[in-house]
Amino acid sequence: MIANYGYKDGSGDFFISIDTNKCMECEEKPCMEACPAGILEKFADDYNDVVVGVKEEHRKKIKYSCAECKPASGKRNLACQAACKPDAIAHTW
Amino acid sequence: MVEVKEFWRWKEYNWKNPDIQWKDAAVITAGVDVGSVSSQAVVMCDNEIYAFANMRTGSDSPNGALNAMKWALEDTGMTLDDIHCKVGTGYGRVNVPFADRAITEIACHAKGANYMYGPTVRTIMDMGGQDCKAIRCDEKGKVVSFLMNDKCAAGTGRGMESFASLLGVSIEEVGELSLQVEEEPPPVSNTCVVFAKTEATGLLRSGWSTEKVLAAYCSAMAHRVVSLLERIGMEEDFAITGGIAKNVGVVSRLEKELGVKALKPRYDTQIAGAMGAALFAKALVEKGENR
Ligand code: SF4
Ligand code: SF4
Repeated sequence: MIANYGYKDGSGDFFISIDTNKCMECEEKPCMEACPAGILEKFADDYNDVVVGVKEEHRKKIKYSCAECKPASGKRNLACQAACKPDAIAHTW
Repeated sequence: MVEVKEFWRWKEYNWKNPDIQWKDAAVITAGVDVGSVSSQAVVMCDNEIYAFANMRTGSDSPNGALNAMKWALEDTGMTLDDIHCKVGTGYGRVNVPFADRAITEIACHAKGANYMYGPTVRTIMDMGGQDCKAIRCDEKGKVVSFLMNDKCAAGTGRGMESFASLLGVSIEEVGELSLQVEEEPPPVSNTCVVFAKTEATGLLRSGWSTEKVLAAYCSAMAHRVVSLLERIGMEEDFAITGGIAKNVGVVSRLEKELGVKALKPRYDTQIAGAMGAALFAKALVEKGENR
């Protein structure tokens, strides 16, 4: 499943897409530890697969939650993507 | 005393299938969808809809769930104890005191739409009371991809309710009235409900008819959800669930913008989530995981 967390507003689209078919095969789930803002969590989804998603409290402010990794000037460092070998995480902004 | 007309008020009702004798059913399941605006309870006997209720949630969701369930069971002789498994869904799903399990509304809408519209449905736009969800699913109603926008009320039932009140038009007539324009006006530019209301007031003052303002608002709502569908990828067959699916003004404009027709529902589109929850409950019973 491709789960899209985030929102769209007047300033743009701010979604993190997670391919949960890849997450369910990923035992260690290193993205969680790698994320400096601690926005990712592990849970059993509706089909009982253990996957990773964005915590509820960050979904409506994701642009700001991820700001540390995406400085307006300077190099972006998406720690979640770097830690994810199966390439399951994508960002729309 | 002056009567205050509640333009936002939509029809609350319950329904019972006279052709089903619930005591003959092998498996009875229920789904309760507690949203911030409305709550629905659906009771199924061996995968057939036996009864349902559709009502406003009110200020507290545990009571909203119980009230909807009680109303669905009214005059049936059935009690909660007769139901083998109950699943809660929706925004208030964790607050359904009698539920055996909580399942997200995304999975339940996909399952419910699969039942309501048939297994050819691949894309669902749920336009509910407080959020919009674009969902892709497979032929079994299992979610393949989803996207939810709940950051603001634009494009939602709550937004439409406040707009109906502002214009003094019954919410059930908004769609039809919005189509009574000779020429389609441009959509209101603001999708935020607060700004859209200010914009609408300005347009009325500048001489626009109520119908024209409604057309511009329905058009803006349709346009807003098209972008959500584009992001997850639109695949036919396409179906709309939730209260806004009853608004022909939004639905026809959405169909036009997408270039596809939405499937015609067999049931009240507001009960899709609760229906999906009742179907999940049936699957739990079959797997022996209902308690
Ligand atoms: S590292 Fe990648 S595949 Fe593993 S759980 Fe995280 S997002 Fe999923
Ligand atoms: S971009 Fe940074 S803050 Fe955002 S999810 Fe990835 S690691 Fe966490």
